[in-house]
Amino acid sequence: MLTKLVSMDRRIVFILVALAVIIPMLVNVNLPVSTSAPTQKLYDFVEALPKGSTIMLAFDYGPSSFPELSPMAKALLKQCFDKDIGVVALTLVDDGTTLASTLIEEVAAEKNAENGEDFVFLGFRPGITQVILGMGTEIKSVFDTDYYGKKLDEIPMMENITNYDQIDLLVDLASSNTTEAWIIYANVQYNLKIAAGVTGVMVSQMFPYLQTGQLNGLMSGILGAAEYENLVEVQDKGMQYINVNSFVHILIVLLVIIGNIAYFTQRKREE
Amino acid sequence: MKRLIPLVLCFIFGIVMIATQFSPHPISKRVYEEVVNGALIISPFALVLATVTLIQTHATRILRRSDHWQYSFVVFAGLITMVVIGVPFGPKNTVFEWLYNNVQVPMDATMFSLLAFFIASAAYRAFRARTTEATLLLVTALIVMLGNVPVGNLVWNKLMSWTPWVDQASAAREWILYNPNLSARRGIILGVSLGVISQSVRIILGIERSYLGGGD
Repeated sequence: MLTKLVSMDRRIVFILVALAVIIPMLVNVNLPVSTSAPTQKLYDFVEALPKGSTIMLAFDYGPSSFPELSPMAKALLKQCFDKDIGVVALTLVDDGTTLASTLIEEVAAEKNAENGEDFVFLGFRPGITQVILGMGTEIKSVFDTDYYGKKLDEIPMMENITNYDQIDLLVDLASSNTTEAWIIYANVQYNLKIAAGVTGVMVSQMFPYLQTGQLNGLMSGILGAAEYENLVEVQDKGMQYINVNSFVHILIVLLVIIGNIAYFTQRKREE
Repeated sequence: MKRLIPLVLCFIFGIVMIATQFSPHPISKRVYEEVVNGALIISPFALVLATVTLIQTHATRILRRSDHWQYSFVVFAGLITMVVIGVPFGPKNTVFEWLYNNVQVPMDATMFSLLAFFIASAAYRAFRARTTEATLLLVTALIVMLGNVPVGNLVWNKLMSWTPWVDQASAAREWILYNPNLSARRGIILGVSLGVISQSVRIILGIERSYLGGGD
């Protein structure tokens, strides 16, 4: 029995994980979500921005991180549109353009936000460092048109926006090291205030920047997304996914504990 | 001469860009802006280089009948389809968007999702408290995992309801991230930064030349 347990077929583990994902999706489970300090900090920062402020939203992720980061983007966009905060969106990732444009258009339609008046989507330009540095001097020098091909000069929202001086906060939704690039080149070089929403595996890398104040808030993976949805009072995918995540985490914790008990019991018997 | 020109250019641009960081003079600012704009023009060439390398690699695999060479045809099919639709009609084209949303997004998400299964299986098989270090790692991982989901606090509050402390699973996770994790990360960041500085100086001075090719 113990030997069987120690060397359990991995297909059984796969089935257990699948069940831990599928069942909470089918059964509506709602676990209470408390808010961590870094997420609260970002929310408070955006809430404190006066009407007419501008935030820059970088969709620096591709389809693989879409389920984790898009709920953050949606919640943040809803908060901005509700508060009449302008959003200048862009992506530094080549396969992030369609994801970003679809998501912005969806939230804009829901909130009656106008393209060019309430938000601008600049699209993608290659070269992370060069794009970040270039926009520090003049956004137009990097993006002469928006994603839809409209000249920036003809976009009303961009009339008074030249560079980072007119941006109140940059929020980087990232699945790679773009947040560090934004901090190094936009925060250090141009004093642009930065916050981030990152995938779960990247969270630990961000804490040194939170502690120094170079990050004005952080959404940590799907937990951060659920927390932000909770703060802006939106029930969406973040809340659903964190409930699923809870069951998978509990399953893995149980598997590790059972695996260790079985392993040590067997070893003791062998001795 | 072929090696000298890049070395001289690297030296001049390296020194000039460092100098611009220490001078607020308009000429210095202008030089900085021009160099950044120049870099913006150069960066798209990386995409061309990447595409050429991808084509070369997969053409070679097909010609040499390497392992799983048939899959290289799938790469070419995907590349050609997206380029033929994307370049003339743009990313807002209906077919391009449909292919992206219904082929690339689900495939990418599926690949990433498979990790959950492998992580669970690997955790079950390999995560054993065999040594003190392994035990520390195991306990830390379990605390962070439980603190990362709302159910962690629920479990804590149920098990420890007799204590005055509530929601300590997430508090413990934050303590780990803000203390041991932050200290270790900062050490890594400092080490990497010092390495980057010394490597940059070596490149600017022409001591490090591997970027020129040839390995010396």
